[in-house]
Amino acid sequence: MRRAALALSLLAAAPAFADSTLPAAPLANTQLPDPVLEAKAQALMVTLRCLVCQGQSIADSDAEMAGDMRALVRQRIQAGEQPAQIRDWLVARYGDYVTYDPPFSLLTAPLWIAPLALIAIGLWLARACFRRRRR
Amino acid sequence: MIAEAGLAALWLAAALAAMQVVLAAIGVRRVLAAPDDESALTTDLIGAVRPVAIVQGALAALAMAMLIAVFLRSDMSVLLVAENSHSEKPWLYKFAGAWGNHEGSMLLWVTILGLAGGAVAIFERSLARATLTATLGAQALIALGFYAFLLFASNPFARIEPAPADGQGLNPLLQDPGLAFHPPTLYIGYVGISVAFSFAVGALVARDVGPAFARAMRPWVLGSWIFLTLGITAGSYWAYYELGWGGWWFWDPVENASLMPWLAATALLHSVTVLATRDGLRAWTVMLAVVAFSMSMIGTFLVRSGILTSVHAFAVDPTRGSFILALLVLYIGGALALFATRVGTVRVGNTFDPVSREGALVANNLLLSVILGVVLIGTLYPIIAAGFGVQLSVGPPFFDKAAGPVALLLVVVMAAGPLLRWRRDGWRALTSRMAVPGAAFAIGLVALLAFGRGVALLPLLGLALAAGLAVASVAPLWRRNLLRTPLFTWGMVVAHLGIAVSLAGMAAESAFTKQTLVAARVGEPLQVGPYTVTLKGISPVIGPNWSALEAHLVARRGDAPAIVLRPQSRFFTNPVTVTSESAIATRWDGQVYTVLGQIDPSGRVQLRLWWKPFVTLIWLGGALVALGGALSLFGRLLRERRARRRVEAEAWA
Repeated sequence: MRRAALALSLLAAAPAFADSTLPAAPLANTQLPDPVLEAKAQALMVTLRCLVCQGQSIADSDAEMAGDMRALVRQRIQAGEQPAQIRDWLVARYGDYVTYDPPFSLLTAPLWIAPLALIAIGLWLARACFRRRRR
Repeated sequence: MIAEAGLAALWLAAALAAMQVVLAAIGVRRVLAAPDDESALTTDLIGAVRPVAIVQGALAALAMAMLIAVFLRSDMSVLLVAENSHSEKPWLYKFAGAWGNHEGSMLLWVTILGLAGGAVAIFERSLARATLTATLGAQALIALGFYAFLLFASNPFARIEPAPADGQGLNPLLQDPGLAFHPPTLYIGYVGISVAFSFAVGALVARDVGPAFARAMRPWVLGSWIFLTLGITAGSYWAYYELGWGGWWFWDPVENASLMPWLAATALLHSVTVLATRDGLRAWTVMLAVVAFSMSMIGTFLVRSGILTSVHAFAVDPTRGSFILALLVLYIGGALALFATRVGTVRVGNTFDPVSREGALVANNLLLSVILGVVLIGTLYPIIAAGFGVQLSVGPPFFDKAAGPVALLLVVVMAAGPLLRWRRDGWRALTSRMAVPGAAFAIGLVALLAFGRGVALLPLLGLALAAGLAVASVAPLWRRNLLRTPLFTWGMVVAHLGIAVSLAGMAAESAFTKQTLVAARVGEPLQVGPYTVTLKGISPVIGPNWSALEAHLVARRGDAPAIVLRPQSRFFTNPVTVTSESAIATRWDGQVYTVLGQIDPSGRVQLRLWWKPFVTLIWLGGALVALGGALSLFGRLLRERRARRRVEAEAWA
């Protein structure tokens, strides 16, 4: 039992474990009761960046801020908001950095056009190595 | 003394690398000026390059051995050991900790590079002497840059005065058996590609781009590709169980850094086959070798510089990143310049019909290059945007949308390719050969649409295509004498089947995973997929250099024997960190994945539970791909040896 108490006190003291002493929001680590809504929330959470982490989505981070954002997303989904609205709200607040799905704009146009452009260039290059079929 | 011996070995190796470059440069010049020159000076110059390359590799290995020795002895007077090790660490992590840091990992890089150069010098017998010498010269030039980097910017053997009483410890996330295998495997892959690159440079310098060069390069491409495959597969599984959220691929910059060389190497592997068998795609193959090496350099740069934030990054150092960036620009720029000046001398290889084995391999190369381009642009785009003062993130949604459809198209080409004849084939013949795989695809699609409710489009197509590809990949063995089928054909079949297996795993995981996140009380039954999981209790555990809280979970499904799972939350003191150790139970049809989270004041325990059907297929498929590569490699080497014996026998007759 002393060992347990020791381990517990060590855990409580660990800074990485708990960023603050406040308990996590209820929906940070628990799911919505409605599986359809939860799936919707989950699909959105994997595309949102945890702003204080080393490149993790809020759906798979232990950081307290990720937990808060998960709670926020679940609450808003439960209140009937659409994922796109929530994303827009977060982008308005934190900038494009928060979404892993960069919105189409003048700056991101090259990024989104790249796959098609690459295929076109590739086809043009590949044409040279084919022989014309004789008729 | 051990550290000083290591440093001396490193300096000597660097000096030999410099000598190797000079000897090779003069020798190749003389041979190219007068190809029949058999004078004593020329032969001596050329003859000296091989032994120098071998000794250089041995000295680099000696330096690495010395570094491992100071880590094993916990010699805290060495700065690197003091900063990254701790005397109470288990020996495996002292050993592997030698490369769990920036300097050590770079030393491992050049060690493998040096050993690979030595291996080329010992084993390569079929290439023309000018090409081989130029290859070894190029290899030494690459090594020289990295020796300079180690000696001037990141000396692993620097001492610290006074020596601290003990070290600062290793990042606990790295304290895992994975560290012992994952980085060396990936580095062997990266460095193997540098050998392919050196062959390409050698062939360009000696104006010798043809089937002989392709056959000499192929085992190295295959070998490094096998290691890259293993490294990525193992790394993915390591991240899967270590990060504790059930994800196995995050499209993270560091993952992309290992994926890009793999994509380039895969393309190279297929184009080098066209060059070796049909003498086609000459310039393209050389270009791909340059691209593949560039990708492994960019990968090293991205990982080592920390320019992009990554969940897997460790021991990054931005100031040294600029040194690697300079090397990167120098090598890639130099190679591209050489390519541009010499590509005119590379004659156009054989051409072929669009509907042919070559045509399918060109499509393979095209699609792999597009995926590579998408991954590269997506990975670097945040840096470019930051240059315009905009902070943005490019992540899984982009890569899934942009690379996913191309990858699925590639799967279709992959199913058809091995069923096509070389040079020329017909659409009608292909359609009849694709009938059975096509039926497998259609059955899979219909079954999923009927029974798998709400499966998203990409996983749906992924599963159906995996079924079709699995059938198509074994089709080349149909009606063949299996004992007489060459080993490299078996290799192709197994590797392609591995891709089908892996694809099925990825799609199944994404389509059917069940997740349960709860704050649980002891004794309360929890449902995840087909399992009922009960928390029996929490108890403390003491490990060699950590203490932990351990949950005791019992998972039941129907009448099957109960599974006991013990996920832990580990607390490390050196340095102070908490990690979640997931507990995973593997069954034939999937994995139960459990993680212990926080305990809230009311005594409820945070648990994360997943049921992941067929997730293990992802890594099983990866292992099959690597096995296929190994079969191909042995098949090729055996055939080459037999051919050489035959030539020798004829020479004697």
